Amino acid sequence: MTFSDYTEGEPIKDSKAPEGPIETRWDKRRFGAKLVNPANKRKLDVIVVGTGLAGGAAAATLGELGYRVKSFCYQDSPRRAHSIAAQGGINAAKNYRNDGDSIHRLFYDTVKGGDFRSRESNVHRLAQISVEIIDQCVAQGVPFAREYGGLLDTRSFGGAQVSRTFYARGQTGQQLLLGAYQALERQIAAGTVEMHSRHEMLDLIVIDGRARGIVVRDMVSGEIETHFADAVVLASGGYGNVFYLSTNAKGCNVTASWRAHRRGAYFANPCYTQIHPTCIPVSGDHQSKLTLMSESLRNDGRVWVPKAKGDTRRAADIPEAERDYYLERIYPAFGNLVPRDIASRAAKNVCDEGRGVGPGGLGVYLDFADAIKRLGRDAVDAKYGNLFEMYERITGENPFEQPMRIYPAVHYTMGGLWVDYDLQSTIPGLFVAGEANFSDHGANRLGASALMQGLADGYFVLPNTIGDYLAAGPFDKVDESHPASKEAIAKVTGQIERLVTNDGDRTADSFHRELGQLMWEYCGMERTEAGLRKALERIPELREEFWKRVKVSGTGEGLNQALERAGRVVDFMDLAELMCLDALARTESCGGHFRAESQDADGEAQRDDENFSYVAAWEHTGSAPVLHKEELVFEYVKPSQRSYK
Amino acid sequence: MTRSKSLTRSTVGKKAVMAVTGLMLVGFLFFHALGNMKVFFGGDAFDHYSHWLRTVLTPILPHEGFLWLARVGLLAAVIGHIWSATSLALRAKRARPVKYAHRKPVQGSYAARTMRWGGVIVVLFVIYHILDLTTGHLNPNPDGGPFARLSADFAPSRWYVTAFYVLAVVTVGFHLRHGLWSAIQTLGRSNERREKFLKGVALGFSVLLCAMFLSVPFAVVTGLVK
Amino acid sequence: MNLTLRIWRQNGPGDKGRMVTYPLSDVSPDMSFLEMLDVLNEKLILDGEEPVAFDHDCREGICGACSLVINGTPHGPQKATTTCQLHMRHYKDGDTIDIEPWRARAFPVIKDLVVDRTAFDKIIQAGGYISAPTGSAPDAHAVPVPKADADAAFEAATCIGCGACVAACPNGSGMLFTAAKITHLGLVPQGQPERDERVLNMVHTHDELDFGGCTNTGECTAVCPKGIPLETIGRLNRDFLKASKV
Repeated sequence: MTFSDYTEGEPIKDSKAPEGPIETRWDKRRFGAKLVNPANKRKLDVIVVGTGLAGGAAAATLGELGYRVKSFCYQDSPRRAHSIAAQGGINAAKNYRNDGDSIHRLFYDTVKGGDFRSRESNVHRLAQISVEIIDQCVAQGVPFAREYGGLLDTRSFGGAQVSRTFYARGQTGQQLLLGAYQALERQIAAGTVEMHSRHEMLDLIVIDGRARGIVVRDMVSGEIETHFADAVVLASGGYGNVFYLSTNAKGCNVTASWRAHRRGAYFANPCYTQIHPTCIPVSGDHQSKLTLMSESLRNDGRVWVPKAKGDTRRAADIPEAERDYYLERIYPAFGNLVPRDIASRAAKNVCDEGRGVGPGGLGVYLDFADAIKRLGRDAVDAKYGNLFEMYERITGENPFEQPMRIYPAVHYTMGGLWVDYDLQSTIPGLFVAGEANFSDHGANRLGASALMQGLADGYFVLPNTIGDYLAAGPFDKVDESHPASKEAIAKVTGQIERLVTNDGDRTADSFHRELGQLMWEYCGMERTEAGLRKALERIPELREEFWKRVKVSGTGEGLNQALERAGRVVDFMDLAELMCLDALARTESCGGHFRAESQDADGEAQRDDENFSYVAAWEHTGSAPVLHKEELVFEYVKPSQRSYK
Repeated sequence: MTRSKSLTRSTVGKKAVMAVTGLMLVGFLFFHALGNMKVFFGGDAFDHYSHWLRTVLTPILPHEGFLWLARVGLLAAVIGHIWSATSLALRAKRARPVKYAHRKPVQGSYAARTMRWGGVIVVLFVIYHILDLTTGHLNPNPDGGPFARLSADFAPSRWYVTAFYVLAVVTVGFHLRHGLWSAIQTLGRSNERREKFLKGVALGFSVLLCAMFLSVPFAVVTGLVK
Repeated sequence: MNLTLRIWRQNGPGDKGRMVTYPLSDVSPDMSFLEMLDVLNEKLILDGEEPVAFDHDCREGICGACSLVINGTPHGPQKATTTCQLHMRHYKDGDTIDIEPWRARAFPVIKDLVVDRTAFDKIIQAGGYISAPTGSAPDAHAVPVPKADADAAFEAATCIGCGACVAACPNGSGMLFTAAKITHLGLVPQGQPERDERVLNMVHTHDELDFGGCTNTGECTAVCPKGIPLETIGRLNRDFLKASKV
């Protein structure tokens, strides 16, 4: 299957979005949504795939409401979902600081931060719910940072001018996830949620046009199982690992989303990826993942590279006059604190010029020498000590003695399965939450907004909207004897069989690495028509080679990690193609999507609102995909060009 | 499960039993060592102390009444201590059916790692000690008074008895060094701030107790007391 | 550098298991320990052998999936570091490295170095939560929490549930894990109503799951990648005795 081209289909509309003043829309929708009476909830089954912030919170809350929930995760415990790795914090429009924050301002900042490629209704709801999330998490015992008076501390984050980010040291994601995990375990103990860990979703079962179940592989026994329900919720995370190297966990994959896409769920804005500027650079071919260093380092660190190309002197030997503090030079107003996408691209540009530092010239310095001089070593240690330690653990270099080396890395994917205001995909009964959906961040996500969105979807949105769908249920009972189920199982087992019997000479990982390099090169920080066309040519060749040469040892029975990985690479290759196509079709630059052809005189991203103020929702057809456009309407926030000079 | 039942069944409850009985035994050891110091006031003083132990609280209690009460109490403490230790040791054995091929302790002090075997050595010694000095069955001078039995025991020709005694006392010292702090931790009275201090107190107390117990054979062997 | 790896191989729960020796050459000191195993596994796959199964996910020291006993020490020689953050520069050419799974009855081996840690989830199910159904919460500022308590609760809450404490404990006890959660929830005001029931139920569940009992050896906290202090167990003991009405 290849799809080097596409056709344009009917525009798509979010039929669930309420009208009227924006502050009233969420209330209106909740009132308009049908309710399920408590006795009936006990007869309704809901499958939730993924146990991160969105999935864990959704499963726990749906269990509390009385639904019969089955929760699935590929990890050995729901507590390990990758939400756990989020460092910075979670935004909420509490205005505890009295610094001018409000729901409307958070809404405004998020729409603007998303470079005007998100829906106003969704984002406003997110800002409204943000307040309730903090209350909920505190009630669960999440140990947020506090001030001496015992009240919650906040910090400003990601260029916001108000202090609205709640945090728990550098481990906010961990603490929030453990809160959701504990709520989930409480429901498991209460018998409302049935947990299936070490289970990987491999297909979606659609019967009579509704999502009715999933095919999973028990990763311990190797058994292929089917599970049925009245609705299916996907909260299976993002697809950053299509680049092989990213800050995602090794196991993060697109398989659940992609299989749902193949069954009819539209995939929206796949090309929107976020590249984080401060990661530890690659140290060699063996590299398996990238580690993020908190963005807060840019508050005191100065970013520079040598002025001369190919300067291989040690940092300390390069005199001040021969250093280029390029962020301070190009963006005097924001300096080292420009937004993520801008900092990332600037780093790439100087490295492309041959001025990068470290192995392979893929790195720039983040220098704390000035901060140490100004604040003293102890103060810097108190502020960043744990980050410095982490850096030293990985690189063996001490940031007190030599500047850190950093380089951008893929961090988050704004694109995902298309959903309406109710978080329902284009397959009735299939709901998508968290990073797996596309909805709230537009073309660029602001710092501390991912945790907010995951928990908003899981705790508050989905439990309120899914009832509207389930009120029509329970639906006819279905089981594995249904032809659609049989067909899905056959497909899954067929692929496993093909993988384990293929007598090749390359590992799945080697293909994944190659795919990742290709994507980083042509669909990474800067995209061009020629590059994307080249990638679209190369990916099908890679896929063909994969099926010719891949080798997976072992069998489909029992724990087989090589098989798991190979299966995921298959879907990443398909997704990669759609990403490139989406990036090719969107000839404007916006947020995390930078098309070299669309930049202003200063080399900044140039949006094209006239032609691209839409969500690109892609329909899978088996050959050329069909593009459905959802027009974006801005009634409250006027689109403007971002400027950080 | 009722709360009291749950207490002795749980590992934390067993540990608490071990801590409380252990502290009782430590109290006994301290007064025992204190009594032993009478030896430095001469054989008569030592014998007189021994006699006093039998008459204390008479006539409220019958002759040797206090002593027997103490003995029953101590026996109960010993049984409780050994029961909880055995029960936890068996549990530990069951908890790790396959041993590590490569195992090295990370931090545990020598004392912490030898609690179980140390305990066995101490029990064996206590049995010998009673048969030797209390009942006199294993004493070369079974018909002598307490001081006579003592001096006969630590005669230079019976150096091996002295050696066993020293070994046992040192073992008790190690046992207490970890055990004392451990009891306090088990009863929830230690915290990070106090931990170092409490461990120091446990060490100091153990050394003091060892010194007191060892001073007796030292005095006899060197002829300091006759 | 060139290394000799001796790795525990076990086909499944029923298999007896054995240490198998693998020579590995050209190991870069910049590799992480798990990347070194990745290299070995790619070699094994191409040789038609089954790769060594091991748990791992985030590879940045926070998910708690990785779980290797390296030369007898859970998570290897570096203090406060998970296996995934351990780098090969701590080893030298010619070293022999023994790699084993967590060993405890409560954590049965699934395959090779992968063990089943659902026992930890069961301990949490027994009470490692605060019952706060979604939507029922008062304003976050309704109850102030003294900073010292919030900080101490956070320290305990940083437990990643990896199970190294159990692997290191000579008794195979899961008390540090249990105590970390008891301490976290016991220190915040929201956790008070369920405090007694929580400690009783969690300790009993811990005991029922074939973990050993704690004897205060301190091995757990020495290997804990998050440095959860022994003090948490003291707090658990105190809460437990109090809840048992002693």
